[in-house]
Amino acid sequence: MNSKVTNRIALSVIVLCAAAMATILISMLGYILVKGLSSISWHFLTTSASPFMPGGGIKDQLWNSFYVLFITMLLTVPIGVCGGIYLAEYAKPGKVTSFIRTCVEVLASLPSIVVGMFGLLLFVNYFGFKYSVLSGALALTVFNLPVIVRVTEDGFRALPRHQKEGGLALGMTHWHTIKTILLPAAFPSILTGIILSAGRVFGESAALLFTAGLSTPDLNFGNWNPLAPNSPLNLFRSAETLSVHIWSVNTGGIMPDVDTIANGSAAVLVICVLIFNLFARMLGKIINQKFSGK
Amino acid sequence: MIKNRTTSNAGSALGSGRSPLINEKSFFARLTDRRSESRGKALIYCSALLMIIAVTAITLFLTLQGLRSFVVDHLNFWTFITGTEWYPDRANNPSFGAFPFIFGSLAVTFLAALIATPIAIGTAIFMAEIAQKWGTKIMQPVIEILVGIPSVVYGLIGLSIVAPFMRQHFGGSGFNLITGAIVVGVMILPTVASIAADSIRAVPDSLRQASYAIGATKWQTIWRVVIPASGSSLITAIVLGMSRAFGEALAVQMVIGNARNLPGSILDPAATLTTIITLSMGHTTTGSVLNDVLWSLGLILLLISYVFIVIVRYLAKRGEVR
Repeated sequence: MNSKVTNRIALSVIVLCAAAMATILISMLGYILVKGLSSISWHFLTTSASPFMPGGGIKDQLWNSFYVLFITMLLTVPIGVCGGIYLAEYAKPGKVTSFIRTCVEVLASLPSIVVGMFGLLLFVNYFGFKYSVLSGALALTVFNLPVIVRVTEDGFRALPRHQKEGGLALGMTHWHTIKTILLPAAFPSILTGIILSAGRVFGESAALLFTAGLSTPDLNFGNWNPLAPNSPLNLFRSAETLSVHIWSVNTGGIMPDVDTIANGSAAVLVICVLIFNLFARMLGKIINQKFSGK
Repeated sequence: MIKNRTTSNAGSALGSGRSPLINEKSFFARLTDRRSESRGKALIYCSALLMIIAVTAITLFLTLQGLRSFVVDHLNFWTFITGTEWYPDRANNPSFGAFPFIFGSLAVTFLAALIATPIAIGTAIFMAEIAQKWGTKIMQPVIEILVGIPSVVYGLIGLSIVAPFMRQHFGGSGFNLITGAIVVGVMILPTVASIAADSIRAVPDSLRQASYAIGATKWQTIWRVVIPASGSSLITAIVLGMSRAFGEALAVQMVIGNARNLPGSILDPAATLTTIITLSMGHTTTGSVLNDVLWSLGLILLLISYVFIVIVRYLAKRGEVR
């Protein structure tokens, strides 16, 4: 009897825990979306931020976020995929391999602010890139690399063995087999992982604080010459991203409508991340269906 | 015969560029192909090498820069670590005591783990033991979305919900140690829960069946069999969550109150290693003593992160042996 009562109580506590988790998510999303959506308008998305006056928008920050994300992915994906291929295909068990594995693990668990400080030291000061899109993207590359490496390795390991054996049996070299058979077969699962990691990069802020900077020059969206200082495409201008903007507005913002801007920006940020997640999920589902032949 | 066939094949390959069956290439194409093999290999090895370079560079640069305050500015390492007075801008006799920040970081980390662990493990048990099918179906997306929400958003929520709540019920400004711990605790919930669920799922079913067979209730099975069996990997989940809590910067900075003194209770404002770096780094000039000291704080951050990594590896190894 006693143990049955304990059983009942303990199990309901566990269910409560799960319910609490779901409640936290729902109330957070609800709060952000309800508070934020009212301040999102076309005007909000397409006006530049104003430091003193109310009514500023987030056009530049939104653009910066996507631009930094794009450059980061451009740098991370090739390196990360190659690194993952190394671990899945070329690495022989031994000291070097286990050291590289340790390095990936260390990179994955370093605090992002440490990566930001490293970026400040190396890219901003030593290489002289200043606070710029490029410095930010390079720091985020360090931050995102281990994720892509893992995703690629898992994708390659999930492939059936006979695909590789088939390629090698045709007399193809190892690299040729990887390039023409294994990589295309693993591509969908790698892509899913890349999109998920894009959501993570998009929301990252601590690593960008000291690398991409806290300000944006006046951007002229008619000027697409990447060398012009006010061009949105310029790699060497400072670029405050959306998530950094949320932080800086809340800590040092002096405009009267701080709350509106912060809530609106947070809603835009969360919606973008949700879209990334949904997209990756849908892709995963489609791929699963295709491979299981349903 | 055979020779003839090869020549005709080679001829057709040279003539049309490709044979109908497989892409058989000419002698020269095959030569470049072999070169592409080594080129591909070089590319792959370079990328792998880059990973080593990145870790080494981060460690090396931060160490060198972090040691400057002791080597160049001749601060005493011991007084730096244990000093409780942080007055870097006092005109005469500035003092750099990092203890309040180290303490703040560790306090936030442990409090956050204390808050997150019960709920996260509970959720994990719910997903892996109680409602395996629909529980996972509902909770998996919940966890994934929670993981994806950027940390500044957690900070903003803490700023606009948790801090006012604290102010109303416990007085003060509402920006204090426990508010920071709650925000970070909620942030690491999904991380801990998903790893814990994986480790509970890894417990072999035969153990559960044996337990049920001798008449144990579900809870007895969970408490006496499943949790001990997944022991060290559950701890790994918590440690991983703690290492994430320890490194979090902006979300904590927004709610912890940023005081330079050692907090007297969990309702006092505090500061952590990450928050002081976040706040001060931008205002200092390279080469100044304060700047060097901030890098030293960064070095401490890096070292403690390494400690977390070593603990996780140790636990993983112990799990393997068992």
